[in-house]
Amino acid sequence: MLTCKELTELVTDYLEGRMNFGDRVRFRLHIGMCAHCREFLRERKLAIQTVGALPLEPIPEEVRQELMEKFRDWKRG
Amino acid sequence: MTRDDEQNGRDVALQGGAQPDTGTRGRERRFALPRDGALVQRLRDGDEAAFADLIRAYHGRLVRLALSFVDDHATAEEVVQETWLGVLNGLATFEGRSALKTWIFRILVNKAKTRSVREARMVAFSDLGDADSEGEPAVDPARFTADGRWADPPRRWADDTPEALLLRREVREHLEQAVQSLPPRQRVVLVLRDIEAMSAAEVCGILEIAETNQRVLLHRARSVLHRAMDSYVSKE
Repeated sequence: MLTCKELTELVTDYLEGRMNFGDRVRFRLHIGMCAHCREFLRERKLAIQTVGALPLEPIPEEVRQELMEKFRDWKRG
Repeated sequence: MTRDDEQNGRDVALQGGAQPDTGTRGRERRFALPRDGALVQRLRDGDEAAFADLIRAYHGRLVRLALSFVDDHATAEEVVQETWLGVLNGLATFEGRSALKTWIFRILVNKAKTRSVREARMVAFSDLGDADSEGEPAVDPARFTADGRWADPPRRWADDTPEALLLRREVREHLEQAVQSLPPRQRVVLVLRDIEAMSAAEVCGILEIAETNQRVLLHRARSVLHRAMDSYVSKE
């Protein structure tokens, strides 16, 4: 039987689809029975999504102009 | 990785089951990546609008990736400038065997690595060593009982969606800071996988690391950020 502590170390293998059949069954079985680990898994996914949704800084205007100038130089060869 | 289409590339990571449903849609709407094929031809033809699209879509991503190799913003900008020159000089020979994004990121990683050799103060990425040396447990062991059950179980977070969580500026800043304070190799893997949504195979190719190593680094990095989020947004 997988413990909760063990599950928290296997969560990436699980999400990456890198588990053998037996381990996957044990993982799912545990998740099915343990509300705390279900919450852990839910929050892990939410954390991953949140990191992925961090906003990007737009390109500063002076950098943009500088790069466009480089492009024109490059074009001229 | 020999596919041209980035979406296909991403599917490689999903083999065998669970979907790492990492959402990047909100940001992609603002900095949508142009489609590769036509864009490359327009760039080769010297089309300025095409280059403007390219830098609008990629510059911020490249700076963020560069910041996972170097510690200050000025140096990161330099690495990105070098990368853009490398992109322009390489356009003629870009064969489209990888996605444009992968190709550009690979140029950046190589520029950053070259610098790290030249300037010792930078992250020596070649020093890949043993992934385990950067390890901490995924969850504070004090939160479990002696037989491995939750003693201090996860609490609900204040909000349920990335958008809602990121609305609070202090959450954004806290998370950005947590990413920036990751050990360098974890940070690079996390940026490429979870922020740039690249596949495991692509990341292993760019960084020249083994898949298991990549997965260990990803696990550590995600665990650190999960803890950082948890300590900040879980309800009392």
